[in-house]
Amino acid sequence: MNFDSGLPIYMQIVEIIKARIVTGTLERGEKLPSVRDMATELKVNPNTIQRSYGELEREHIVFTQRGMGTFVTEDESVLKSLKATMAREKMISFMVDMEQLGYTRDELPGILEEMIVEGK
Amino acid sequence: MDNIVEIRGLTKRYDRKEALKNIDLSIEKGKVVGILGPNGSGKTTLIKLLMGLLHPNKGEIKIDGESPGIHTKSVISYLPDRNALYGWMTVKDAIQMFQDFYQDFDLGKSEELLKFMKLDKDMKISNMSKGMKEKLNLAMVLSRRAKVYILDEPIAGVDPVARDQILDAIIDNYKEDSAMIITTHLVRDMENIFDQVVFLGDGEIILSGEAENLREEKNMQIDDLYKEIFG
Repeated sequence: MNFDSGLPIYMQIVEIIKARIVTGTLERGEKLPSVRDMATELKVNPNTIQRSYGELEREHIVFTQRGMGTFVTEDESVLKSLKATMAREKMISFMVDMEQLGYTRDELPGILEEMIVEGK
Repeated sequence: MDNIVEIRGLTKRYDRKEALKNIDLSIEKGKVVGILGPNGSGKTTLIKLLMGLLHPNKGEIKIDGESPGIHTKSVISYLPDRNALYGWMTVKDAIQMFQDFYQDFDLGKSEELLKFMKLDKDMKISNMSKGMKEKLNLAMVLSRRAKVYILDEPIAGVDPVARDQILDAIIDNYKEDSAMIITTHLVRDMENIFDQVVFLGDGEIILSGEAENLREEKNMQIDDLYKEIFG
């Protein structure tokens, strides 16, 4: 895997794991792959994965049980707010992109409405 | 301090040309260090000094607390930048040679690695492609339970499939109680496995640090930084 942005790799992996949790690839309470397996999958140094897991733990998105591994939190409210945060980030980046294309914010609801109708 | 390698004020001259100038470098156990630089930057000279194949004009090297010599050779597992095995050998012969030479050679580990690399034990080295030779050499080197692994250009000139297998083997064989020193100019392919990187140019350390800190500080990946420094 190539990590292209200017962000440290551990932060990019944090985002990958968050996306897996929000999309349900990793379920509530599910065990994350071991640090080693994740390192092999993403082809990065195990220390980097360790740091990503540490960061997710600091954000209370995962928890570690000694000798058992790292698990996705069972706390529904944490998962809800994670989903909301990710949705918000996507919306902001969408709005920024549209503004760069020359649309004003006021025009966005109309465009979205049209798209939704078309998609049906 | 858990530094397995300590280099202080290291200088090496060939005639009047300084191949390495006043190099300082500390490497902790459990770290993977990338030595990055174009050809002629001093990477190979540094490795030869670590291996005790050359002697410094100034400065010192300590590996596992000792200067390069009999002890340090026994704790370093070294992958040279070219095939170090004889063409008449089969994979079996290579295993036998490593077993005879190195007390820390782990036969079980070598079987596992050869299987992973999909190398047939009866195959003759002279019949192998460059990628296969590289995989075999690496499998032998990683089968030793060493304190320091030195890999000189491990993926240079190999096909993409072999390159991925080599990277996987390196990641899978990462050990918390040993260090890995890897030289490369193929930064894009390898940067994700480094904890620490050292940019070597014209025999000097131009920049060094934790890879993740450098990404954050410079707001770019190590490969982009490499291109900025040497491009």
